Amino acid sequence: MRVRFGRWATMPAVIAVAMILGVSSATAQSTDYRAPQTAAGFPDLNGIWQTINSAHWSIEPHAAGPGIVRELGASVAVPAGHGVVDGGTIPYRPEALLQRDENFANRLELDPEIKCYLPGVPRATYMPFPFQIIQSEQHIMIVHEYAGAVRTIYMENHTPAPAPTWMGWSHGSWDGETLVIDTQGFNGQTWFDRAGNFHSEALHVIERITPRSEDTMMYEVTIEDPEVFTRPWTMSMPLYRRVEANAEILEFECVEFVEDLIYGHLRKQLDNGTQ
Amino acid sequence: MNHVFLNSGCIAAAVISVSLLTAIPVEAQAPDPIDGYTVPRTADGQPDFEGFWTNATRTPLQRPEGVTNEFYTAEEVAATEAREAALETAPTVPGTVADVHYDYSQFGLTYSQSTLATSLRTSLIFDPPDGRIPPMTAAGQRIVAQREAEALLKGGRFASAETNELDDRCIAMGGSGPPMMDAGYNSNYQIVQNRDFIMILTEMIHDVRIIPLDGREQADDKIRQWMGTSRAHWEGDTLVVETANFNGKKPFPFQPDAEVRPTYYGSTENMRVTERFSRVDDETIVYQFTIDDKTMWTRSWSAELPMKKTIGPLFEHACHEGNYGLTNTLVGARLEEQEAAEATAAQKTN
Repeated sequence: MRVRFGRWATMPAVIAVAMILGVSSATAQSTDYRAPQTAAGFPDLNGIWQTINSAHWSIEPHAAGPGIVRELGASVAVPAGHGVVDGGTIPYRPEALLQRDENFANRLELDPEIKCYLPGVPRATYMPFPFQIIQSEQHIMIVHEYAGAVRTIYMENHTPAPAPTWMGWSHGSWDGETLVIDTQGFNGQTWFDRAGNFHSEALHVIERITPRSEDTMMYEVTIEDPEVFTRPWTMSMPLYRRVEANAEILEFECVEFVEDLIYGHLRKQLDNGTQ
Repeated sequence: MNHVFLNSGCIAAAVISVSLLTAIPVEAQAPDPIDGYTVPRTADGQPDFEGFWTNATRTPLQRPEGVTNEFYTAEEVAATEAREAALETAPTVPGTVADVHYDYSQFGLTYSQSTLATSLRTSLIFDPPDGRIPPMTAAGQRIVAQREAEALLKGGRFASAETNELDDRCIAMGGSGPPMMDAGYNSNYQIVQNRDFIMILTEMIHDVRIIPLDGREQADDKIRQWMGTSRAHWEGDTLVVETANFNGKKPFPFQPDAEVRPTYYGSTENMRVTERFSRVDDETIVYQFTIDDKTMWTRSWSAELPMKKTIGPLFEHACHEGNYGLTNTLVGARLEEQEAAEATAAQKTN
């Protein structure tokens, strides 16, 4: 059954189901916290944020496991984690699940992260790199250290995505204390994690960012993609403020780190022995 | 097209005349606002630079040989821009390189369709007053020669990805700088600011500068970056950004003129850049920068170009992800070598 889920209608239901199933205590929020306001009168989400979990390796629950480069041993082994998918399992369509397993088996060749490609959404959020929110009334910027990936959240003048992109086309709105980001216009080439979890161009991501204390926010995501999943599903995790006084998004310009990997076979063999 | 010519030229001319009298480097100064213009403010009370801007210009960094005036007339600039725009609409000859590779009558319409950051200057450089990059130091000449020799030793531009130009590698382009210069095409920027940071997104390679305004110290000089590390403060309504800690691998000038195209020419890791952003009317930020690299040049030098308000949004420039050009260039170079080797072998056989 392929159902085009309504943009908003399904999300509360999905979260409610997750609650009923008693999963993911991480979604429990303190509802009484009120964030400081910006001078313009909006909840102040400005800051440098980062997740602390192992969703980067797999968003589903997983035990520790070996890495994929033998020589690097334990330094690239996979840390265990309870996962961030509410309910624990992504509701893949059967053929899509086979593709996910195929992706995982061939991740050394297929994972876009390895080639320093833009990470997509929401993967960028829970990579082990900080990101910064810079907030004005008209635009909220989310700037990731990894590969300089950047998102512009348009708070007004919402228009359809002009073209498929890696980081999507994002519209923002306020729901009380919560920033709601509705993102479509993906190119279908990004993954959710290193475990091969994936989506198609039909991906529709709705993120809810809610301040829960001075230095933490809840990050809840609803994923819709009827090409790949049987129903919408959600994930949730806290975001932690990088409280160091000198916290700063530095460059992680990884293109030069992957050039030999991508283009090395086209290198000229030089007579002088240098390459 | 609505050409709004800056009056900042007159102001800068006045500044230059002062420098001629005193014969010291021209200190970049905030241009006066036009007709008592009230700079718009953010909710935090700071001058508001938010929006979409372009610095697409046809003004060269250095004053062309044979030109002695500091400024063109408005009519001369309009004629030049019309000529450039016409080039973009002229059909290319089928089968030529221009036709199959970057046909600007199809794909790059910056100068015929976009907002232009028009300046009457004959060069962006206003100090030294001759509009030229000052002479290199002896050490600078040695460094350039060394870079040139290293590039040759590594087999030249098409030997590998690493030996290619930074823009062809999707590592760095001219737009983000600092200093921020016309990128050749898509010279578009988005500025978003909060109380403590100003964010400048460059369309080309989605380069982002997040510049702290919170008074923090410059980063440790062991942190070396393509765009350096920037710290900013307000001087009145002018945003002043100081940048150091460059990695020295992206020498500036970054191919703004054909004559300085090779990346072995230009600044060192000791460069310090001071930028000044001043909003002088609703449509214009006057952007000035001073380059201080005593290792490379005998004195500091300064330039000015406007940033003009343009229509957003910016589009995602996923340069590396779609970099078929670099692969094709290297494949072509290897094929040419193979053909040459086969031709040589065939000659020997004969």
